[in-house]
Amino acid sequence: MSAARHPAPPERQPATFAFAAENRAAVEAIIARYPKGRQASAMMPLLDLAQRQHDNWLPRAAMDHVADLLGVPRMRAYEVATFYTMYNLAPVGRHHVRVCTTTPCWLRGSDEIVAACEKALAVEIGETTRDGKFTLQEVECLNACVNAPVVWIGDRFYEDLTADRARQILEALARGETPKAGPQAGRHASEPVGTTSTLSEGRK
Amino acid sequence: MLRDADRIFTNLYGFEDWRLAGARRRGDWDNTKALLDLGRDPIIQIMKDSGLRGRGGAGFPTGLKWSFMPKQSDGRPHYLVVNADEGEPGTCKDRDILRHDPHKLLEGCLVAGFAMGAHACYIYIRGEFGEEADRLQAAIDEATAAGLLGKNACGSGWSYDIYVHRGAGAYICGEEMALIESLEGKKGQPRLKPPFPANMGVWGCPTTVNNVESIAVAPAILRRGAAWFAGIGRPKNTGTKVFCISGHVNKPCNVEEEMGIPLRELIERHAGGVRGGWDNLLAVIPGGSSVPLLPKSICDTVLMDFDSLVAVKSGLGTAAVIVMDKSTDVVRAIARLSKFYMHESCGQCTPCREGTGWMWRVMDRLVKGEAEVEEIDLLLDVASQVEGHTICALGDAAAWPIQGLMRHFRAEVEHRIVERKKSAVSRAA
Repeated sequence: MSAARHPAPPERQPATFAFAAENRAAVEAIIARYPKGRQASAMMPLLDLAQRQHDNWLPRAAMDHVADLLGVPRMRAYEVATFYTMYNLAPVGRHHVRVCTTTPCWLRGSDEIVAACEKALAVEIGETTRDGKFTLQEVECLNACVNAPVVWIGDRFYEDLTADRARQILEALARGETPKAGPQAGRHASEPVGTTSTLSEGRK
Repeated sequence: MLRDADRIFTNLYGFEDWRLAGARRRGDWDNTKALLDLGRDPIIQIMKDSGLRGRGGAGFPTGLKWSFMPKQSDGRPHYLVVNADEGEPGTCKDRDILRHDPHKLLEGCLVAGFAMGAHACYIYIRGEFGEEADRLQAAIDEATAAGLLGKNACGSGWSYDIYVHRGAGAYICGEEMALIESLEGKKGQPRLKPPFPANMGVWGCPTTVNNVESIAVAPAILRRGAAWFAGIGRPKNTGTKVFCISGHVNKPCNVEEEMGIPLRELIERHAGGVRGGWDNLLAVIPGGSSVPLLPKSICDTVLMDFDSLVAVKSGLGTAAVIVMDKSTDVVRAIARLSKFYMHESCGQCTPCREGTGWMWRVMDRLVKGEAEVEEIDLLLDVASQVEGHTICALGDAAAWPIQGLMRHFRAEVEHRIVERKKSAVSRAA
C-alpha cells in the first residue's frame, strides 16, 4: 500500500501555498494546453507541479490553491488528489523508492528486491527512514515487464535488477550520487540480451 | 518470421537516434502531405482494408472506429485522444514506441486526426513514464518547429496541435471513458456508454480514443498500402504486432512479429526459449494479466492472434506474453493479479469494488490451501457475478484470470487444500 495515501496531520500542514515565481510561467503554459473554458483539465498537471515544488507531497493548502486558481470547488481537487496514487498526501523521503511486485516482476524475483531494500534501508514497505532520506513503497505494474524486476525512484526506472544491484543503487543514493537509470544488466533497452534476433542492421 | 523489411518499428530498441533527424532517416515524416492529400474518406477506407484491429487489447477494427466520427462538424471540435496509459501487467510496448519512435506516433496522430476532422490531439501518457513523456514533448516541439505540426501542418493547410497529458498512477485510466474523465481533470471513473465517445467524448465533443501502437502503424499502412499490411498475418488477424515476452524465459524482450506466429516459435526464436527448456514450461498468460492463462499443452500449438486465442478461451489482449516455468507457484501468480485488480478498482460499481477484494481474500487463502474445496465453486460463482455486471471491463478482467486458473489448474488448488488438511491432522495426532 502506498506510503502517503492519508493526509498529513494538521500540525504538518502548512497554512498557505502558492506557486513559486519560477513556476508561474509553467502554470500558464499548462492551462493553455486545454481549450478555453476547459481549464479544469489542468487539475492533474497543476497538482503535479505543486507537489514537485513542495518536497514531493501535496498539503491541503496546495490543493486549495490549485482549485481556486482553476475556479472549481475545492472538493474537486481533493477528489483528484486522493484518487491517484502518484499524489503524496503526506511527507515522503527525499528518495521515493517504489518496488514493483506485480506478477511479471514477481516471477523475476521482486520478493528478493523488496527484502534487499528493506534490509538496506532498515525499514519495512510503507515506511520512511529516520533520517527522512528514503520512503520505501510497493507499487503495481510499472510496465517495464521485459526488464523485470523494476524499481522506480524519482522520475526514472531501474531495471533488470538483482538484490545486490538494488542495494548498491540505494547506497549510491545515500552517498548523494545519481546512479545510472535503465537496465542494470548489460543491455540498452528491451532487446534480448546478447545477439538480437531482429533489427541487426541498426545496431551500432 | 517477419522480414526486417516489413518491420514498422525499426527503432524499437532505441539503437538509433529517436529525434527528428533519426526519424526522417527511417522514413517518418516523408512527404506526409501526400498522405493527407489522399483525403479523409480514402484514408479511412485504406485503414479498413488493412484489417488493422486495435492494439490496446480489445481488437476493435481501427478504420471502422475512425468512421464513427461525424463527417461534418456540428460546430463542436473533434478530438483524437491517444491512449498511452499503458498499464496492463506484462505490457511494455507503448513505452518503447514513446521513447524510441515518438515521431512515428506523432505522424500517425496527424493523419488519424486529419481523417476524423480533428485539429487537436491529446496523448494521455501514464504518470510513471517520466523519461517517455519528456521525449514525447521534445519530439512535439521539434515537429512543430519544423512545420510538421501546428498551423498548416506539413504544408497541407490543416492546422494540428498535439498536447501531452500525464496521468498519475491509475490503471483504470487506460479504459477509454475513464481516460476521458481524467483528461477533463476528474478522478478516472468510467462513464456509462452510450453516448459513445464519437458522439460525446472529451468536453462533450466527438472524440476517438486509440492505442499508441494502432496510431503509430497508420502512416506505414497508408504509405505501403492496405494490401501490404493485410498480407502479413492471417485473415481477420492481419499485420505486425509488438509482443512483450516476460517472466521465465532466457532472454525477456519486446519484438515486432507477424500476427499469428506460433507462441512456441515466438518464445524460442526471440526470447531465448523457456528457462530450462520447452518441457519445463508450466503455463503462459498470452495477452496481459486480464486474459486467462494457458497450460503447456495448449501453448505447444496455439497461434498468437485474436481469433486463435479466443478459440482456446483466452485472448490476445495487449500481446504481453507472461511465461511461467514449472518452478512457479501458479496459484500465487494469479492471486497477485487478484490483488492488482483489487488495488486498481475505481470503486464506482459495487460488484467490482466489493468483488475484487473478496476474490483476492479467497485467492490469498487458496495459495496456502486454507480453504474448503467447496469454496472454489463459490469463488467461481462470485467471479461470474462480477463479470459482465460493471460499467467497464475491469470487473471482467478481474474474473478471467481466476476462471482460467480453475479451468486448467483446479486439481492443483484442490490438492493444496487436501494436503493442508492432512498435515493439520498429522500434527494433531
